[in-house]
Amino acid sequence: MTALLEVRDLHLRFGGVKAVDGLSFEVREGEILAVIGPNGAGKTSAFNCISGFYRPTSGSISFDGRSIMRVLPSTITRRGMARTFQNLRLFKEMTVLDNVKTAMHANLREGIFDNLLHTPRYLRAEEACAREARGWLDFVGFEGDEQLFVTQLPYGEQRRVEIARALATSPKLLLLDEPAAGLNYGEKQGLMRLIRKIRDLGVGIVLIEHDMGLVMELAERIVVLNYGKEIADGTPAEIKANPVVIEAYLGAEDEEAAIDDTTLTQSVPIAADDERKGEQA
Amino acid sequence: MASQLDQALKHAPLRAPAPLFDRGKPDSGPRSQRGFMRILGILAVVLLAALPFIDASAYTISIATSALIYIMLCMGLNVVVGYAGLLDLGYIAFFAVGAYISGILTTVLDWPMWAAVPATILACILAGIIIGGPTLRLRSDYLAIVTLGFGEIIRITANNLDVTGGPSGIHGIPTWSFGDWSFRDGLELFGIRFSGTILFYYFVALIVVTLGIIGLSRLARGRMGRAWKAVRDDEDAAEAMGINTYATKISAYIIGAVWAGLAGQLMATHLTAISPNSFQFLYSALILMAVVLGGMGSTPGVIIGALFVSLAPELLREFSEWRFLIFGVLLVVVMLFRPSGLWPATAVLPWLRARKPRAWPATAPIESLRDDARNEPAPREGRPEAASTGDPADDEEVRR
Repeated sequence: MTALLEVRDLHLRFGGVKAVDGLSFEVREGEILAVIGPNGAGKTSAFNCISGFYRPTSGSISFDGRSIMRVLPSTITRRGMARTFQNLRLFKEMTVLDNVKTAMHANLREGIFDNLLHTPRYLRAEEACAREARGWLDFVGFEGDEQLFVTQLPYGEQRRVEIARALATSPKLLLLDEPAAGLNYGEKQGLMRLIRKIRDLGVGIVLIEHDMGLVMELAERIVVLNYGKEIADGTPAEIKANPVVIEAYLGAEDEEAAIDDTTLTQSVPIAADDERKGEQA
Repeated sequence: MASQLDQALKHAPLRAPAPLFDRGKPDSGPRSQRGFMRILGILAVVLLAALPFIDASAYTISIATSALIYIMLCMGLNVVVGYAGLLDLGYIAFFAVGAYISGILTTVLDWPMWAAVPATILACILAGIIIGGPTLRLRSDYLAIVTLGFGEIIRITANNLDVTGGPSGIHGIPTWSFGDWSFRDGLELFGIRFSGTILFYYFVALIVVTLGIIGLSRLARGRMGRAWKAVRDDEDAAEAMGINTYATKISAYIIGAVWAGLAGQLMATHLTAISPNSFQFLYSALILMAVVLGGMGSTPGVIIGALFVSLAPELLREFSEWRFLIFGVLLVVVMLFRPSGLWPATAVLPWLRARKPRAWPATAPIESLRDDARNEPAPREGRPEAASTGDPADDEEVRR
C-alpha cells in the first residue's frame, strides 16, 4: 500500500526556537495514526506545516503522490486533506447548516450569474449541497436544529459540527487536533466510535490527542514527539513499552516506573514538563 | 437523484451518506423568516410605486430618488464591510469612479447613458482589482488606512485633471435616452402623464430594488456569500475549508465596487452635475455609519441605515449646523443599546425564537453513534420511542 501522506525530515524554526526538528512519518489510506507528546512538543506546529498554514524551514511533505510544500492551505484542502482546530473555530455568525455547506465551496458547480439569476443549475447545486450537508450532520450524530447559529449549541455538539464540516470538504485524509479536548467520558466514547466510522469510509486519520486511554485504544500507530524531535514510532503496545517515551512523560530518574494506561491518562505531561524545566535550570 | 447530485457537485472522492430522514422543504409561509421578509419587500415595492401618486412634488421625488441611490451604495458597502468583514474607509472612491466615468463618457464623448453602463462596470472592476490586489493581503487595520488613502487619491486626482473638469467638475450630464426618446420627454401611459423626474425615479427604484437588493441578497445566500461570511468569521478556518480567502476578498471588493459605481452613475444622472466636493471622506464615513447603524450584513438593517442617513439631513434642516453632532450622539446611543445594529444580521423574528427543532426518528444507527450508551443505559428522557409521525406538534411534545 502506498503512503497517502509522507512527511520527510520536517524542520520548522521560529527564530532560535526549533518547533519541529526532523519529523518523518507516513500515513496510509484508512489508517488511524496518533501524534502524541508533552505540551509544547511541536504537535500542532507540525499539523500547521502539513496543512499549509506554516511554511516549514526545510524538509518535504507529499500528499497523494504530489508535493504540498509552499502550497496554499485552501489548495491542500481541495486536494483532499481536511483538518479541525485545537480550539473550535466554527463560523460563529452562521447557522449550523451553512457552516457545513461552506466546506463544500470547492465542490459546487455554481457561478455568480447562476447565483444572481437562480438558474436551474444553481437550484440543483444548492439542493445537492443541502442534502450533502445534512447527510454529514446525520453521519456525525448531530441531532439539534441545523438552523441555529453555532454559538447557540453546547460544546460537544459544536465539536460534532466541526468534524462534519471537515468531512464535507470530501477528504482523503483528516487531521484532528485534539478532538476530545473538553469532552466528558461518554462523549469521548461517542467520538471514538465516530472516528472509527470515518476510518471505515476509507479516510486516513491523523490525530493529536492528550487522552492516552483514547489514543491507545484507537490508534493503529503512534508517533511520539518531544521538543520537536520524533522520539518513537510504533504500535500502541510498542510505545507503552518504549523507555524513551516513558522518560519523556515521567522524567529520567524513574527508570523502574511501571507505565500503564492509568498513569498516562492523568495529566502527567504538564508535571513532566515542569520537571524538565527544573532540571535544566 | 444521484445523477442530479453528480451534475451539481464536482468530482468529490468522498460523498456523504444519505440523510437519515427527509426534512422536507423549509417553511416558506408568511410567518417564516423568508416569507415574512418577502412580504415586507413586496410592501416596500408597492409603497415605492405609489409614492408619486401620493406626492409628486419635485422636492419629494428628488429626495426619494437620492435616498434610493444611497440604499444602493450602502448595499454595496455592506458586501465589503458586512459580509466579507473588510473595513473600507474610502468606499466613496468607487462611487466617484462610477460618476466620473459615466459623466465623462456622456458629456465629452456624447455617449448615451446606457452605453456608459458596461464602461462603468468595467472601470469599477478594474479599480477594485487595482486597489484590492495589493491591499487585501493586509489585515484589517492596515486595510482601513490604505483604503482611506485611496479615497482621497481619487478625489484629489479628479480635482486636478482637466478631463474631470477640475474643482468645478462636470456639468450638464444628460439623462437616460434610448434612441430619440429620453426620460426628459416624459411618457403618457393609461392617460396619466409621467414627467421626466418621475420616470427617472421609477427607473432608479427598479434598478435599486431589483438589481441592487435582490441581487445582493441572492449572492449572500449562495456559494460566494457563504465564502464571504466564512472569511469574515474566521479567515484561517475558511482557508482550511478550501476557500481561497484572497480571491474571496477580492470578489467581495469587486462586487462592492460595481454596486457603488452603478450608484455613482445614477447619482450623476440625478444631479446632472458632479464635482470633487461630493466625494469627500465625510461621505465614506457617512455610508459606513449607515451600514454599522443599521446592522452589518443585514439587508433590512442596511436599508434602514441608508434611509436614515439620506433622509435625516432633510428632516433636521433647521439644525443643519448641528447635524453631525446629532448623528454622532445617535450613533453612540445605538451602539450602547443595540451593539450589532438596529436590525442585526442574526436577528430572528420574535415568534420564531421559541421554535423547537424537529425530533429525530428513533433509529438504531443514531443510538449507537450517540455517546450515552455506557453512561445512561436507560433510553434518554424525551427520546421518541416510535418513529416520527410526521406531525411536528406531536414530535415536539414527545421531545420535551
